[in-house]
Amino acid sequence: MMLNSSELMQIIPFLVLGTGIVISLLIEMYSSKSDAILPWLTIALLIYVAVHSINEVGSNDLLFGGMLAVGGKSSIFNFLFAVGGALVSLGAIDYIKKYGANFGEFYVLVQSSILGMMFMSGARDILVVFLGLELMSICFYVLVGINRKKINANEASMKYFLLGAFATGFIVYGVALVFGTAQTMRIGEILVNFSSLSGNILFMTGFILLIVGFAFKIAAFPFHMWVPDVYTGSSTAVTGLMSTGGKAAAFSVLLVLLGAVFTQEIENTFMPLFAGLAVLSMLYGSIVAIAQNNLKRMLAYSSISHAGYMLIGLAAGNLESVTGIMFYLVIYVFMNIGAFGIIAIIEGPNDDRVDLNSYAGLHQKNPVLALFMALFMLALAGLPPLAGFFGKYYVFIAAIESDLTWLAIVGVFSSVISVYFYLRVIVYMYFKESEVDFNVNISPTGLMTVVICGLLLIVYGLFPGSLLGLIASVVN
Amino acid sequence: MTSIPIEYYLILSAFMFSVGVTGVLIRRNAIVVFMSIELMLNSANLALVAFSSYLGNSTGQIFAFFVMTVAAAEAAVGLAIIIAIFRNKLTVNLDEINIFKW
Repeated sequence: MMLNSSELMQIIPFLVLGTGIVISLLIEMYSSKSDAILPWLTIALLIYVAVHSINEVGSNDLLFGGMLAVGGKSSIFNFLFAVGGALVSLGAIDYIKKYGANFGEFYVLVQSSILGMMFMSGARDILVVFLGLELMSICFYVLVGINRKKINANEASMKYFLLGAFATGFIVYGVALVFGTAQTMRIGEILVNFSSLSGNILFMTGFILLIVGFAFKIAAFPFHMWVPDVYTGSSTAVTGLMSTGGKAAAFSVLLVLLGAVFTQEIENTFMPLFAGLAVLSMLYGSIVAIAQNNLKRMLAYSSISHAGYMLIGLAAGNLESVTGIMFYLVIYVFMNIGAFGIIAIIEGPNDDRVDLNSYAGLHQKNPVLALFMALFMLALAGLPPLAGFFGKYYVFIAAIESDLTWLAIVGVFSSVISVYFYLRVIVYMYFKESEVDFNVNISPTGLMTVVICGLLLIVYGLFPGSLLGLIASVVN
Repeated sequence: MTSIPIEYYLILSAFMFSVGVTGVLIRRNAIVVFMSIELMLNSANLALVAFSSYLGNSTGQIFAFFVMTVAAAEAAVGLAIIIAIFRNKLTVNLDEINIFKW
């Protein structure tokens, strides 16, 4: 099948990024200046992808015989992945030198994982979902362990790999059962026949296995065991990418798989499943995070509880919840990349200075960093008027509209618990004397990442309407 | 000649999948755990190909090819990770790889 010129225009982001990956590899091999070129080439490519995607947001087409959707929701997701990837690459320029992983492959792998995420959000055929998911996951396994001399990174990448491949096994078996009963891999055709298929025990087993596989990728409670170890053991830049892009990509697939639920064409059969996962993730994440002294580990548990808040939206299953989840994901990407950006600046060369004590008295050492860290912590806690508040607010509203008020109340309760450990960081920074003596070496590019994320959070907190209007217009 | 009914293939693939899951959960050697994961993927391939032939729909066989390709890529990365950890710790026993508590 040939593509006509307008369709070619719409897959340009994929082509540009794909070509960029090959060119980056060639630069890494043959150029002695690859250190200086690759980060900026990566950022330029990703910014181009982001701009192109957001320009295509009005269109809504299916390409490659209905396998890949462009425009609409996938445009917004592609924009999010590309901007997230660009911010992470910007923050990583100085960080990976300090971490001892200044290899050109780092940027190539970041680009490839973003390409995988873009395929996931655009996929309308299970085959494309699978390929995108594996492209992203395999790049992450390597990125986690990119410094092969560090034993922490080795251990984290081994755990991530074994559990990630285990989840892949569930997804593939689920695909086999869904294919055998639905007789197709087109997500659209499966959803049209969903009501007649939902009586079939094999089909439901397959579908639930698929959901379990993706629950692993979004780090929801009983499938969270890898999260704290992998987030702590990998380099902070990679953690920033995994916790945001990986989660957003898995949610984009879930939103497509359950697409007919949100338009109320089929009954929300999975409501009890998602409500259960949401309650367990929120409470477990918030409560265990209280006991953490290591900031990366604390943010890992907070990431589990944020997955819980987003799952409330899946349990609610109406169009408002799609808008809410997407808005939440956009905000979450900026909050988390910003917070990990600051951790990357403070972190020492040997994975040290990531505990709370290193943040004591940060206000005296560097007021700007302390201010932005306080901003990210308050946004993650969901305090108005920062954007994090609106993320939670829209998801809770969607739950109330679907008569799941109790779920929203559990969500609010869990946010109240989480305020404790977010505020504790602020108390350490502003009201404690510094015990560890070290100089904060600010990297200009790292600071730039933090400032961009911080400003976006303030802007979207004060004026959430523009972003929300855009998302609502593509969802409806 | 009558062909083997589809149920036989499905029971075999479900059995293989269960063996794989059990292996991942109870074995402690990273290589054996990895082999069990490959068994899970292959049980899915068996189900896919059986369904595909039963339904006369080739999509399942195509998917099985992609699963094999991806499994090969995963094996390359996975074995590299296991070698990296063996160089540092001289063991691939999952119980001894415990800097972080699980």
